[in-house]
Amino acid sequence: MGRIVLDKVTKRFGSVEVIPPLDLTIEDGEFTVFVGPSGCGKSTLLRLIAGLEDLSSGHIEIDGADVSTVPPAKRGLAMVFQSYALYPHMSVRKNIAFPLRMAKLDQAEIDRRVSNAAQVLNLNDYLDRRPGQLSGGQRQRVAIGRAIVREPSAFLFDEPLSNLDAALRVGMRLEISELHKRLQTTMIYVTHDQVEAMTMADKIVVLRAGNIEQVGSPLELYNRPRNRFVAGFIGSPRMNFLEGAVAAKHGAHAIGFRPEHLGISLTEGEWRGKVGVAEHLGSDTFLHVHPENGGETITVRVDGEFSARHGDIVYLTPVAEKIHRFAADGLRIQ
Amino acid sequence: MATQHSRSAARLMMAPAVILLLGWMLVPLVMTLWFSFRRFLPNRPDIVPGWVGFDNYVRFVTSSAFWPSVQTTLIIVGGALLITIILGVLLALLLDQPMWGQGVVRILVIAPFFVMPTVSALVWKNIFMDPVNGLFAHLWRAFGAEPIVWLSDAPIFSIVLIVSWQWLPFATLILLTAIQSLDSEQLEASEMDGAPPLSRFFYIILPHLSRAITIVILIQTIFLLSVFAEIFVTTGGAFGTRTLTYLIFQRVLESQNVGLGSAGGVYAIILANIIAIFLMRIVGKNLDA
Ligand SMILES: Nc1ncnc2c1ncn2[C@@H]1O[C@H](COP(=O)(O)OP(=O)(O)OP(=O)(O)O)[C@@H](O)[C@H]1O
Ligand SMILES: [Mg+2]
Repeated sequence: MGRIVLDKVTKRFGSVEVIPPLDLTIEDGEFTVFVGPSGCGKSTLLRLIAGLEDLSSGHIEIDGADVSTVPPAKRGLAMVFQSYALYPHMSVRKNIAFPLRMAKLDQAEIDRRVSNAAQVLNLNDYLDRRPGQLSGGQRQRVAIGRAIVREPSAFLFDEPLSNLDAALRVGMRLEISELHKRLQTTMIYVTHDQVEAMTMADKIVVLRAGNIEQVGSPLELYNRPRNRFVAGFIGSPRMNFLEGAVAAKHGAHAIGFRPEHLGISLTEGEWRGKVGVAEHLGSDTFLHVHPENGGETITVRVDGEFSARHGDIVYLTPVAEKIHRFAADGLRIQ
Repeated sequence: MATQHSRSAARLMMAPAVILLLGWMLVPLVMTLWFSFRRFLPNRPDIVPGWVGFDNYVRFVTSSAFWPSVQTTLIIVGGALLITIILGVLLALLLDQPMWGQGVVRILVIAPFFVMPTVSALVWKNIFMDPVNGLFAHLWRAFGAEPIVWLSDAPIFSIVLIVSWQWLPFATLILLTAIQSLDSEQLEASEMDGAPPLSRFFYIILPHLSRAITIVILIQTIFLLSVFAEIFVTTGGAFGTRTLTYLIFQRVLESQNVGLGSAGGVYAIILANIIAIFLMRIVGKNLDA
């Protein structure tokens, strides 16, 4: 079980209000991702749930019980820190066993759970090493191991992959997703990487300056962003925005269209532009096109086979039903 | 500093310092060794200087004062280490807490380190431990107790107290910087893992401090072995407070027997080295990890 409810939660550091009143429900077994730009309060929110920070006001409920003033250890949550926070003087085995020893479980049970965790996380060969003798990915797994042995009602992850290199990050991402599928335990995962958010989440919570901008499944956020901020934040490369006359034609203050929702042609189309930088990823190519009317650069995603070079003239046409319209206050026009 | 050329240049640059330090160390060492094998009492013209072989060494160890002085030395060093490290850890924990007037408190804690040993011994002897006018005497009388004559009733303890007071700032300072270097996420992780404060101290903070503690032990031992002013000023070596250093001083300056004192000096060097090797083993193990 692990249903977490935040009820008008706020957090102030001195006079600075980092989290304005915020309501959020995280269902049992859900993989929820908090995303947002740096400094928007993701870590703070996670630490509030963990109990490492005191609430300024509001309530937090876990499985129906108010835990607002319950100390971290008693909330039944486990946290994986960005720096892993392993205990450097203890072996991997002792690190993983630490929460169990603190819970005064008997040795047989501790051994059983530790070897289980080591099995699941492929740590059997490293149990007697110190954290200092492990690679980043292995340390990450130890940190996760220390979390799973407690059999918590929910896992909290604070940017657990940000210290890993790109290849490892993709691997660990899969491992964490698989772990979630297997354990079916609530997980809250903080990241500022929207790719991680899109690929892992059941539910994404987009935050800006402590406010929830939108909550929804990855595809909901991708297809129907509630406002310009979410539209620009979710999806890679970023959505293109146009304002002024072009937007007015669609009856909006601004229109947005994703790079993958643009048709490209060498002969005809709605906008004529010159190719600037072309980023070749192999499967796809991202072209940065400078429109001839002098508007903002438009990014377009084309097939990897499409050959266009710097300075070529191309014509772009947005897919009509994929155009997002936004009002002057940034909100989506239905 | 990898090429042949830069390495030899570096050696050349370091040479003056190395030669100076070596001379600084070697000259007194060789002189001590030289005197230790000679009969040499400069104030006694009737005794002719000359070589005596190992006579001085034998006489120094067989003197009834030798073993008690080694014992006293070890008690004072051990006692001061124990007090400074236990109190040092506690003080460092306290000073690490955010509190009002932190800067001032820290300076106050460090202050005793800047007081010369002679002065601090005098302060303790006259202001605190004086059996008639000392603060302790007043305190004892305030509770209706008979004042303790500190320097004759508990002389070794008194000296340990004075020395600890002087070295506590050093230990606290080193341990405080060590505590501050502890990753706060580790503490938070252990908090989430359900460790109560006492367990957090023993499982997380203390192991983190072990390296700093060994360094404090090593450095303090080196300096505490040669404690002198505190004894000279307070008891003058009476009441069983004669350490090895003090015994050597007495042999050389009070009995004017330079040869015998030098032999004692060589013993002191040997003792210091035994302890140093012993400590380096432990420290080496701790510093590797
Ligand atoms: N202990 C603190 N005292 C004062 N302000 C704080 C404290 N901790 C965080 N803040 C402020 O709260 C805001 C949110 O911080 P938080 O660490 O939650 O951001 P974040 O979303 O996790 O950012 P990042 O992606 O960079 O980790 C920031 O503006 C930060 O300056
Ligand atoms: Mg953060």
